[in-house]
Amino acid sequence: MIKRSAFKSSYLPYILILPQVIITLTFFYWPAFQGLIQSFQLSDPFGQRSTFVWFYNYLEIFRDPLYLKSVVTTFVFSLAVASVSISLGLFIATMANRALKATALVRTLLIWPYAVAPAISGILWLFLLHPSYGIVALGINKWLGLAWNPVLNGTDAMVMITMASAWKQISYNFVFFMAGLQAIPKSLIEAAAIDGASPFKRFWAITFPLLSPTFFFLSVMNIIYSFFETFGVIHTVTQGGPGGSTNILVYKVYQDGFVGLNLGSSSAQSVVLMTLIIVITVLQFKFVEKKVQYTG
Amino acid sequence: MKLNRLIVSVAVGICLAFPAAVMAKPVTINWWHAMRSARGKVVDTMIKKFNESQSEYVVVGTNKGNYDEVMNAGVAAFRAKKQPHILQVFEVGTQTMMQSGAIYPVYKLMADNGYKIDWSNYLQAVLSYYMDADGNLMSMPFNSSTPIMYYNVSMFEKAGIKPLSKTEAITWDRLGEITKKIVDAGIAPAGMVTAWQSWVQIENYSAIHNVAFASKANGYEGLDCKLEINNPLVVNHIERLKKWADDKRFMYGGQKYQGPKAEFIAQHVAVYMDSVSGIAKLKKAVKDFKWDAAPLPVEASMKKPQNSIIGGASLWVLNGHTKKEYEGVAAFLKFLSGNEMQEYWHKETGYFPITLNAYNDLKAKGYYKENPLQTVGIDQLNRATPTKISRGLRLGYFVQIRNIINEELELVWSGKKTPKEALDNAVARSNVQLRTFEKTYKK
Repeated sequence: MIKRSAFKSSYLPYILILPQVIITLTFFYWPAFQGLIQSFQLSDPFGQRSTFVWFYNYLEIFRDPLYLKSVVTTFVFSLAVASVSISLGLFIATMANRALKATALVRTLLIWPYAVAPAISGILWLFLLHPSYGIVALGINKWLGLAWNPVLNGTDAMVMITMASAWKQISYNFVFFMAGLQAIPKSLIEAAAIDGASPFKRFWAITFPLLSPTFFFLSVMNIIYSFFETFGVIHTVTQGGPGGSTNILVYKVYQDGFVGLNLGSSSAQSVVLMTLIIVITVLQFKFVEKKVQYTG
Repeated sequence: MKLNRLIVSVAVGICLAFPAAVMAKPVTINWWHAMRSARGKVVDTMIKKFNESQSEYVVVGTNKGNYDEVMNAGVAAFRAKKQPHILQVFEVGTQTMMQSGAIYPVYKLMADNGYKIDWSNYLQAVLSYYMDADGNLMSMPFNSSTPIMYYNVSMFEKAGIKPLSKTEAITWDRLGEITKKIVDAGIAPAGMVTAWQSWVQIENYSAIHNVAFASKANGYEGLDCKLEINNPLVVNHIERLKKWADDKRFMYGGQKYQGPKAEFIAQHVAVYMDSVSGIAKLKKAVKDFKWDAAPLPVEASMKKPQNSIIGGASLWVLNGHTKKEYEGVAAFLKFLSGNEMQEYWHKETGYFPITLNAYNDLKAKGYYKENPLQTVGIDQLNRATPTKISRGLRLGYFVQIRNIINEELELVWSGKKTPKEALDNAVARSNVQLRTFEKTYKK
């Protein structure tokens, strides 16, 4: 029997949630609605004239082969970022979960990168990997003999922004996996160990399934992160280049709207982006969540 | 408690009364610009000098970030009816500003306020970028630069090549020989590098050789213009650069200037093409070798090369202010174009003086004898009267078009497309942008 308490007056609850509703409406729904309207118009930036053009902006973006390329780039990028940062985060968390003397220190240090803003993370990696002045890049070219050049080579650029974006997200994933690991009862693992299960087997048969809620949560969060927040990384590192090979959807929205002042196309792109992320999240909840075990 | 309240109310009273008292008298003119750090200080000094020179107007300069951010701040402010009087906009935003219906053309502003200005006394290659098709000046040029060619004198000496002339451009064939010598002798790993590839290698290259970048006189004469950069001359030029890239005579260092500049400073290349603003940067950064500058190369077939075109920004006067305020704006613009300010601006920043008067005055004072590097760009701009094709570019969504050109050129350098394919594709994609722009602004 769940205990429920109810308000005596009928309007008080509404007044109490009013501030939140107002904030949500003004800062989320109103701009989103404006964007939706804008996407059906061609208008000049100064707002002197606008024409209603139905789906012209949508047709134009889907006719543009580079927009479709940008969609593919975005998926490749977000899958790469999510898989790198989740797997490394899990690996480090498993290691750090062992009883070490300096556990607290190690954990604290590992969380730090999360406090770094994506743009700064981008700059840091740029200083390491830029072919003209990056220290690591000079080393790669000199000693490994690889022709590393993210300014010219799209794959190299993609690798570079994936590293810069995944790096700070590893910390985030680490924190959640750490918490998840600590919630797993020690007795389960000890029992398995007594039964003779190898550490690897213990991990796959016990730890991993019990971590699945965390895993699911993080996969959603990481994909959303790589869709939107990596903007700072791209802006500082590649600006979408070379040859558009790192031009992910959110960066294209910015370039076309903010820099290029084509508001109609930019709005249409953000509506598409919004729809895409809604679909992905719904799919994740529908299909992945079913396999998630919430209790041991 | 009472005392506290008294202090607070007095303080609030002063805060409310004081600025009002100060602001009440002179008319405030707001200027939003993109000049930061060293240049920002120069701008502040110019404003201070104007404010001290008279008591009717006070100009308030505000840095609103980089060019994109200033433009967006201006757009947002205009929509909220809180626009500044003067907005600095980069050259690629010229068409958007001109079509916006939000501006008060400068030639009209000056005429309405009784200033009779002899526009022929201005550097024509600078003015023409901001004129409409009928030759009326729409915005006041502020910071203007043009690309030139820097070279490593020490490397040239090692290869036995004489220093280049500061006025006569060498041919591209000659540059090919020079870079070949340098690369073959192992003096540098690569021959040349270029900053701002679209601006230097296509926009300026087209102007210098008097071939159209776009139809309708580069867009000056109509929104229905089309890009024409897939002409044989430009295709040939890009093919040559690609060939040079394959045998190391050319290396690609990125879209902007940072990468290419770093390659030149690190002595990975002997030749570097970039804006004249590079002079100050190289002076500061290069310590271990001698360098010099020369005009951009031209084709052997071009006996009398045209002027190069400018980059930079101009000052736009926005609509919606009072007559009295516009008098102040006109007075300020007049003040800025005076010799004293132009010479100060040029000396401090390296951007061109916009009047011939200021230029000749500096020449008479012997400034160019002491700073011969500064003449290279000005002479290149002034060597011919701008034609309909070399006066500038007037394209809608120019930012997107430059991005498209950058993307396509990068596909050439990485060998994914032939120059012809890439330029054809750049034209087709840019034309889509131009048609959308036309559709937006059609009456």
